[in-house]
Amino acid sequence: MHISPETRTSLLFQLSEILQPEQLLSNKEELRPYECDGLSAYKTLPIAVALPDTIQQIQQIMEICCRNNTPVVARGAGTGLSGGAQPHEGGIILGLARFNKILAIDPDNLTARVQPGVRNLAITEAVRQHKLYYAPDPSSQIACSIGGNVAENSGGVHCLKYGLTVHNILALKIVTVEGDLLTIGSNALDNTGYDLLGLFTGSEGMLGIIVEVVVKLTPDAEDTHLLMAAFNDIEQAGNAVASIIANGIIPAGLEMMDKLAISAAEDFAHAGYPRDAEAILLCELDGSTIDVSEQTQKTKKILTEQGASFIKEAPDKTQQAKLWAGRKAAFPAVGRISPDYYCMDGTIPRKHIAKVLKHITKLSTEFDLRVANVFHAGDGNLHPLILYDANKEGELEKAEQFGAEILRLCVKLGGSITGEHGVGNEKIELMCEQFNTEELTIFHAIKAAFDPNGILNPGKAVPSLHRCAELGHMHVHNGELPHPDIPRF
Amino acid sequence: METHIKKELENTIDGKLAKSILRSCVHCGFCNATCPTYQLLGDENDGPRGRIYLIKQLFEGDGSESTEKTRLHLDRCLSCRSCETTCPSGVKYGALLDIGRKLAEDLAPRSREEKKKRKRLQTTLSSPKRFGTLLKAGQLLRPLLPKDTRQKIPKKRLALECPTTIHERKMLILQGCVQPALSPDINTATAIVLDKLGISLIHHKKVKCCGAVSQHLSSEDKAITQIKNNIDAWWDDISNGIEAIITTASGCGVMLKDYPHYLREEGEYLYKAEIVASLSKDISEIIIEENYTSLPIKKTHKLSWHSPCTLQHGQKIIGYVEELLTNTGHTLLPIQDGHICCGSAGTYSILQPELSKQLKHNKLENLTRETPDMIVTANIGCQTHLQQGTEIPVVHWINLFI
Repeated sequence: MHISPETRTSLLFQLSEILQPEQLLSNKEELRPYECDGLSAYKTLPIAVALPDTIQQIQQIMEICCRNNTPVVARGAGTGLSGGAQPHEGGIILGLARFNKILAIDPDNLTARVQPGVRNLAITEAVRQHKLYYAPDPSSQIACSIGGNVAENSGGVHCLKYGLTVHNILALKIVTVEGDLLTIGSNALDNTGYDLLGLFTGSEGMLGIIVEVVVKLTPDAEDTHLLMAAFNDIEQAGNAVASIIANGIIPAGLEMMDKLAISAAEDFAHAGYPRDAEAILLCELDGSTIDVSEQTQKTKKILTEQGASFIKEAPDKTQQAKLWAGRKAAFPAVGRISPDYYCMDGTIPRKHIAKVLKHITKLSTEFDLRVANVFHAGDGNLHPLILYDANKEGELEKAEQFGAEILRLCVKLGGSITGEHGVGNEKIELMCEQFNTEELTIFHAIKAAFDPNGILNPGKAVPSLHRCAELGHMHVHNGELPHPDIPRF
Repeated sequence: METHIKKELENTIDGKLAKSILRSCVHCGFCNATCPTYQLLGDENDGPRGRIYLIKQLFEGDGSESTEKTRLHLDRCLSCRSCETTCPSGVKYGALLDIGRKLAEDLAPRSREEKKKRKRLQTTLSSPKRFGTLLKAGQLLRPLLPKDTRQKIPKKRLALECPTTIHERKMLILQGCVQPALSPDINTATAIVLDKLGISLIHHKKVKCCGAVSQHLSSEDKAITQIKNNIDAWWDDISNGIEAIITTASGCGVMLKDYPHYLREEGEYLYKAEIVASLSKDISEIIIEENYTSLPIKKTHKLSWHSPCTLQHGQKIIGYVEELLTNTGHTLLPIQDGHICCGSAGTYSILQPELSKQLKHNKLENLTRETPDMIVTANIGCQTHLQQGTEIPVVHWINLFI
């Protein structure tokens, strides 16, 4: 969707009537830093960036864009790893970073009302004095915004026990494509009617603009204990994960890193990870003191049985924070050992972890690209980081092919192509492998109900049937697409 | 990150340095989370990740895209280097910014007015004599001035008497350019404390400014001249095995430690700069190694500690002063957002007054929330800047050891 210079000028004029000059960026120089999000391999220059301060301005921007049929891509902190906030060449970026206020904290009802640009970790920091925290903790929690978390239904280390974003929010205020302000969900746990809150969570900016979020807060556990187990064999570590859960233990977090990831994370965090281990598991247990002590004994026994070469215990908060700091910074820390990496986000049933790891190692040799493995092992969410050099011609394409192979294997084993990072632009083609025509048709109908002209984040998350057909994943009869009446975007 | 430096810069020292730094950035955006200007302005162009991108354009593009807007976004950076502490990939942002600023100015030169303003600042601030005279005049007239201007002129602080004993252990001291006039008590307090610990200080009159002021005001040539002048003045003592070069302003300290970066194209001097950098120590690094608990402490206080960015992010000295103060009986109050800049940042408070004021306001709110007896810090810039906004005394922590 290219845009004519006249349309561009007219659109900028309309936007300039409601925004201050510093809230509207339109020259290439200042647009350039917005051409990609956390996935810097995919870039598009938008026609403008709008940085509103008020909900009213967001409503006006939507009215203008709706009237002009201009694509709108919402952007929070721009830390996403699937290109969800990658601009549209004929559209604007709606930057929500200025909405960074915590509006209300209600410790009695365990909720907080926050603006979408508030950083995930800032919520926890603000409610810590009440001995509360916001449970979903993506590794980028220091920087990623809550609005983006809702849009991607983000997970994190603690989601194994405490659920994803969708399980930890109560209500949203959204601005529709036409510019209307709606509240969905409520402060009550159950709502009548269709679960629009569930629908919006993970909708990747394609149904509306999130302008306020009511999050649930979780009380600090009475006791927390962290175990770090080292393994000389990565498959043993994989088996240990499956065994812990199979024994009825649900840790607050159960994470795995392999040798390359350990080394990079240690360089940054100096957490005391054993560099000679092939893999480590970080297992956090929380609850009442009695429960924690009982579970710790049980877990240690399982880890030893599964071949852990040593186990380190971190009973106090400072040590725990240090051990988590390395894990949480593991992705970017890999920047120390490779100029670029391509982060995958597949899920698999836990029992297959060892098998998948073996296969990844095999693929690594075949593609001649190194892989650092960082997993939310407890919930079977893999994050293989494929290391490549973007300056070398053809390496990105090779990394992409390698990544697609891994995700195909995930789907084959009964898992999915994304655990928490979203589909965005990056994995859109693989959606054709995970969903059949009928399922995609339902997605399109939902999209059309909220955004009939398809101006909200077009081209992301849900592929057109046409695109899938081109990729050969859909049956096209006599050259005709099924349901030709369905809009394709 | 993918980086293709343009041909004419590809093989220059700066081009190579830019490439290696840009390639270490993975564009994760963690840095924006702890960037003071990104928090205030919410624009990617005003956070480290965006600035890195702007600098990338300077080194990659044909220059047609880079205008005074790039320069403005780079000017708005405080150089606090909080992003470096946050960055898991180890991106050397400060060094990149430094070479980026130079290129931005070449591509979009400043107006004559602005150049003049910077020149004036540079000549006034980096000369202790000129600055001292002006300050004295201001202090004399202080009672007659309107409140706004009055607040900007710090009250007179008295110098203490310097010890005269000569010890076997000797160290060099960099007294600084504005510090002797603004707060002469700091250098004398340092001399008194070190005297009690059996160390004498040597000050060379030829050494005036560390070079940071010129560097901030984009007169790199002047900065290099000052740096070389300082190295020359110290060289005999260094050759004779001086133990350390002490700084009591962390802003000067980080500059000394970065001398090799600034003299990266200066051949023989680069080697000398590396030695100076290795000998440079913040006063906290010296005291913590000595038997400081034996020093007589007159009175203990409830303190708010403001760690200057040049100490915690620039020199990566974290926890030293806290340890010194708590081990000598003082109470340190918890401070929210301790990693965020106070807005002083060298000449930033003069060149970017609006942003600086906002940061000062936020910082003082955090520092005074629990009503401390005094605020302690480790850099003359932060000290003067913060004192402008509060009645609570703001002092260098070394003063508590005399």
